Amino acid sequence: MTQISIDAVRARAEADARTNGYYLIPDQELLQLFLEGLKVNEERYGYPTCPCRLASGKLESDRDIICPCDYRDPDVQEYGACYCRLYVNKKVYESKDLPSVPERRPLEKQAPAYRGSSKQQEQKPEATAAPSQAKQKLWYCKQCGYVTYREEPPYLCPICKAKRELFAELKTTVEYSG
Amino acid sequence: MPFSKVPGKKKEHKVVIYALSTCVWCKMTKQFLKDNEVEYEYIDVDLSEEKEKEHVRQHIIEKGGDLSYPTTLVDDTILITGFRKDKLKEHLQL
Repeated sequence: MTQISIDAVRARAEADARTNGYYLIPDQELLQLFLEGLKVNEERYGYPTCPCRLASGKLESDRDIICPCDYRDPDVQEYGACYCRLYVNKKVYESKDLPSVPERRPLEKQAPAYRGSSKQQEQKPEATAAPSQAKQKLWYCKQCGYVTYREEPPYLCPICKAKRELFAELKTTVEYSG
Repeated sequence: MPFSKVPGKKKEHKVVIYALSTCVWCKMTKQFLKDNEVEYEYIDVDLSEEKEKEHVRQHIIEKGGDLSYPTTLVDDTILITGFRKDKLKEHLQL
């Protein structure tokens, strides 16, 4: 089982907030609870899923809700805070007035977390693993060159904040000769 | 479904919270009801058996919810998404 200290979780969140020009929720008591939630999830699943969302425990289905989740940047841009309100912008940080942020994650992405793991159903992921992986593509940001491997391009480029429209699929071919 | 019951003096309404054990706003909702001495039941969905998770999903969607946590159901008819003190106060007459 993964073991991680609360200080390491805090350091990672603080560094990520700094890098992106965000702030962590100003209430220190709530912040501590968020960090504990992230620690529990990282120790439970092996990766720190959003403490406010139900994870499936399967990396393939949970990738978009590993904190900071795929939805954080568009949510902070639109509402001033992420869905959890762990990450906020300067205005929210200073006013301490937390906005209400609706769930942006599509229902179909949430479905695997509710699927049973009975023996009959356990066989399903194996059967579907190949097609699901096959859907993953390489995407590159036309503005800064950032490359990511996933089903869809991110809402915002994590490096230069370019919108999804500025991502294009990167097609690769492997040729064998000789 | 195996719900945990938290006793309280105020029992006029049946209050059920669908929560996650890691969710900060779920903890705040539980604490708020406790502080106001409201009796409630809750289930931490992330700690539940798989078949229970599916029951929770169906029930929340049936009631018009969007699978956000916490989801609070008052008398099985009023659905409150998120930690909403104002709505809890309004519907529980606090």
